[in-house]
Amino acid sequence: MHLVLFLVFAGFCLAGAINLLLQSHPINSALSLIVVMASLAVLYLLLGAEFLAAAQFIVYAGAIMVLFTFVVMLLNAGREERTLGSRAARTIGFPAVVAILAVLATVILHLQGMGTAGLSQGITTTEELSTVLFTKLLLPFEVTSVLILIAILGAVALARHGHGEREETPAHHETPERTVAK
Amino acid sequence: MNSFLSQEVPLSWYLMLSAVLFSLGVTGFLIKRNLITVFMSIELMLNAVNLSFVTFAHQWHAVKGQIFVFFVMMVAAAEAAVGLAIIIAVFRARATLAVDRIDLMKL
Amino acid sequence: MTILQFFLWSVLKVAVVTVVMLLGVAYTVLLERKLVGRIQNRWGPNRVGPFGLLQPLVDGAKSFLKEDMIPAGVYKPLYVLAPVLSLGCALISIGVVPFGEPKTGPGGLDLFEISNVNIGLLVILGITSIGVYGIALAGWSSNNKYSLLGSLRSSAQLISYELALGLSLVGVVLVSQSFNLRVIVEKQAEKGIVTWNIFGGFQFVAFFIYLMAAYAETNRSPFDLPEAESELAGGYNIEYSSMKFAMFFMAEYANMITVGCVATLLFFGGWTSPFGNLIDPPQNVFAHALFPMFWFVGKVFCFLCLYVWVRGTLPRFRYDQLMRFGWRFLMPLAILNIVATSLWLAYR
Repeated sequence: MHLVLFLVFAGFCLAGAINLLLQSHPINSALSLIVVMASLAVLYLLLGAEFLAAAQFIVYAGAIMVLFTFVVMLLNAGREERTLGSRAARTIGFPAVVAILAVLATVILHLQGMGTAGLSQGITTTEELSTVLFTKLLLPFEVTSVLILIAILGAVALARHGHGEREETPAHHETPERTVAK
Repeated sequence: MNSFLSQEVPLSWYLMLSAVLFSLGVTGFLIKRNLITVFMSIELMLNAVNLSFVTFAHQWHAVKGQIFVFFVMMVAAAEAAVGLAIIIAVFRARATLAVDRIDLMKL
Repeated sequence: MTILQFFLWSVLKVAVVTVVMLLGVAYTVLLERKLVGRIQNRWGPNRVGPFGLLQPLVDGAKSFLKEDMIPAGVYKPLYVLAPVLSLGCALISIGVVPFGEPKTGPGGLDLFEISNVNIGLLVILGITSIGVYGIALAGWSSNNKYSLLGSLRSSAQLISYELALGLSLVGVVLVSQSFNLRVIVEKQAEKGIVTWNIFGGFQFVAFFIYLMAAYAETNRSPFDLPEAESELAGGYNIEYSSMKFAMFFMAEYANMITVGCVATLLFFGGWTSPFGNLIDPPQNVFAHALFPMFWFVGKVFCFLCLYVWVRGTLPRFRYDQLMRFGWRFLMPLAILNIVATSLWLAYR
């Protein structure tokens, strides 16, 4: 059963990731990324990380990707032109990707002593997770909360800056050519 | 029938999946020409790495691996908030999202 | 129990619950029309069948038989996907809701719950957050500026109130120390109404926040901006007709029922009776199984009536009032509630 579930959701993951690359419209890419994230949540559940599965679903699929689709809708981003990347990407990037994958694959295939994952194995409960998080790792946790706060302030500052600019030059949006030329 | 149902999956398969997803993310980062899609490829890479964290946490029965994933998620959320705000600011200034046209380091 | 039996039982439970849920949706619509009718001093639907009881069937047939128009400029895959996503998310979350005593079936089977999940509450929150896509994609794929504005408006509303909704539930989780809905209910069962979370757990502030946020989440009056038909002429669903429109409509009512179920489980003791163990549980097997169901359905019914009452009473908020209420009032209140609950738990 574990094998079947793994194969199905790993297949969804790969299909979503490949579709992300093939689609030319950002909103289709965003939707395929949501598929990847939701299937990853199921894989986490198979590995016994139930709280992480829920967090993956709520944070990634439910919050971050909503933000992405929101921005795509807001900017009305159209289709992109198909290219094969810049010259740097072609000469260095793709060989590098292949090299990374090859190295990772050889390392993984030669790994000794990796166990197996089955349905009967135990799950990490939320209590265990939170006990470690709030006793041993309390400082990193608090630091991340500060990080989030700074990120919020940064986002607000960026958004407000643009807003003020627009108020100063109300003709801004009617003449996009001029701004591009500038 | 029963042996098929109780069959277990070697953890190296999970690691393999994670590696392939990561490479797909890098490829997307290289070939996509839309700023938002490039950003999505980065998220894909982060997710791939998270999968191997969870796999190793399962292998060593260590909770800390899962907590690291939790931190990665928080950082990704912060990154998405700031990154998308920057994208909107760039779009306001340039009226385009094509990465080839956004090649000056000023707005 | 072999795996095959388990599978068959699960399929059976899913089928029964889905049918009951859809019937519940249909008759909630009728309940609303009847009650709002009485509030406004008129009869409501009373022509089809006795007391208008067949009205939902006729309405359903009507939406099936109408022409299903797909406007020329829409982006078809997403235009079709959006209502399916919306209704699907609304129906799935009932899968983790327990609505009766555990282990009543043959061989200790949970007859009154599709699946008993450790993280049930988080599952419901996650599925609710996916529901936003239905609305966002509907507006965007319609290729109509009014649709797009409506869907941006309503996704912003949903995202804003999701925060307050999630934070209001933290207090309950702190008190009952579990995400499992079954455990949360069993913690409240002891002395009936006195130990319910809303009274015994001092979560009435959380309940107030949850109620407000849930009204906004389900697009119900007084926060029904997404479909403000009298001043904004509809929102994200303006280009939809026939069955696709009906799916959005059904999703809204299914969400109402789910919200009622969750509120019952978290704050009002779920399927347990308000008298606790003052009255002995009935010995008869059927009564033992059905009595909790009665309490559960009764409590959810009260919630649905409350929804309708509010709709019949309150005028609609303005958009800026809606946002200010969510961010400046509900959010800080929810955080204060969390702090107060943790202090109370630490020093009691």
